[in-house]
Amino acid sequence: MAQVDRAVSPPHRLGFLRTLRTDAWWFEPAAIGIGLSVFLGYLTVSAFLDGWAYEIGPYLTPVFEPKLAGSFDAWYFSPALLILWVPVGFRATCYYYRRAYYRSYLLSPPGCAVGDAGKKYSGESTFPLVMQNLHRFFMYAALVFVVLLWIGAIRSFYNTESIIDGVAVETGWGIGLGSIVLVINATLLMMYSFSCHSFRHLVGGGSSCFSCSAVSRARKRIWDRVSAWNESHRTWAWASLIWIVFTDVYIRLVANGHITDPNTWGGF
Amino acid sequence: MTQADTSHLEPGTSRTVTLRVFRGDASGGEFVDYTVEMDEGQVVLDVLHTVQATQAGDLAVRWNCKAGKCGSCSAEVNGKPCLMCMTRMNTLDVSKPISVTPIKTFPLIKDLVTDVSFNYEGAKQIPAFAPRAPDAADGSYRMMQQDIERGQEFRKCIECFLCQDVCHVIRDHPENKPNFLGPRQFVRLAELEMHPLDTADRTEFIREAGGIAYCNITKCCTEVCPESIHITDNAIIPLKERVVDKYYDPFRWIFGKLTGRD
Repeated sequence: MAQVDRAVSPPHRLGFLRTLRTDAWWFEPAAIGIGLSVFLGYLTVSAFLDGWAYEIGPYLTPVFEPKLAGSFDAWYFSPALLILWVPVGFRATCYYYRRAYYRSYLLSPPGCAVGDAGKKYSGESTFPLVMQNLHRFFMYAALVFVVLLWIGAIRSFYNTESIIDGVAVETGWGIGLGSIVLVINATLLMMYSFSCHSFRHLVGGGSSCFSCSAVSRARKRIWDRVSAWNESHRTWAWASLIWIVFTDVYIRLVANGHITDPNTWGGF
Repeated sequence: MTQADTSHLEPGTSRTVTLRVFRGDASGGEFVDYTVEMDEGQVVLDVLHTVQATQAGDLAVRWNCKAGKCGSCSAEVNGKPCLMCMTRMNTLDVSKPISVTPIKTFPLIKDLVTDVSFNYEGAKQIPAFAPRAPDAADGSYRMMQQDIERGQEFRKCIECFLCQDVCHVIRDHPENKPNFLGPRQFVRLAELEMHPLDTADRTEFIREAGGIAYCNITKCCTEVCPESIHITDNAIIPLKERVVDKYYDPFRWIFGKLTGRD
């Protein structure tokens, strides 16, 4: 390699955190790093807390959705761990979250025009980061979870238990604050999935001819809609992450008797 | 970033500002402070021209259109890659010296002028546009707007190379230059790959010679683009997805084998 290829123009220099920026470039990566740590940290802890009630009446926290068949006691570990690899894998390989944690955790780079960490860099061309190419497979699985979460949200409107915490309650169709919380949760997770870059590619982005057939023209219309959602992918990513934490906290507080859910079944 | 209070300036009035400009060449140099009068509504390039006209006639700086369309006056102002002709002084804190430096990623020739030939060498490597047979005997083509409009965003590129400058793959690791074409070339490749008349398949080129896997989509290229091209979302990620189609998707491979389609 010619020496000129290695050059950077003076007065710039190579090196971690080298920059001439004078603004608070560090604020965004710091805030995102703290936010990710708090919300993902909570969900990690929650996944292991299968000994602390996570369902009551028609409500099941989404961390444990779908509820696996059979007795949970048969598992030697939290049943959430059997299903969480899908949403965890989906978010870990998500194009938005990659941007977020590459900047905030791997400092690669910590900010634009700020020297990155690491003396050598190969990006996503080598193991383990080449595994980011699995994103679309997690996306396929995540679409199944969208259906499962909606089933859970709809189920939350139908109570089958006549006695909850020793108190007689109504059964059948009804509505509670928990139902609304679960519907919002399913909606946000659906929008996060439907605004995914890989989903955008799947529905039409991979095509170079939108006018060739009735099918491709239909794909174009879907692609246009998904592209509009995709522009807010970061917003959906954060909104769905924050709301799943809120949903889990709410249902656990109700399930463990710390608060009462206002609902039409008589309250529990 | 602090907003400077220049709103009180009336036409014909001015205030003092100090530009801290890098002067030197590839062997080194130094920052030199130039204090000049600044008028309301000026951009960094205007003030730099005042410096050039009154105090530093030998200051080397590329510029041409002063309208954000030629891509010549790329530099780093207070460390941020930008076009000097599109960076208004009232967006900067003029109570402190404002640093003006050449873009980092390319070898310095003199003062604010760098050798950006890396980008032209990269462009030469890209397999050329390969149109299908014409639709009419006179050699003309028919295209539908819905097919061509994706590429029209990419044609806004003015080749200022700010995206290349800010990309940490080559900015912080110049040793990657032989293996990575950079965001500007991915914009060009996306334009070609999505063109309704083009018949070439550049997926292998994008993966191998283009080195698209080096990109970790931190979106700095998008942030600095003066034409507001969605470089990452509309060019790089779709190209990455096309690479996944071909090299990392066994379902598509099986489907192709079963149906005989590539």
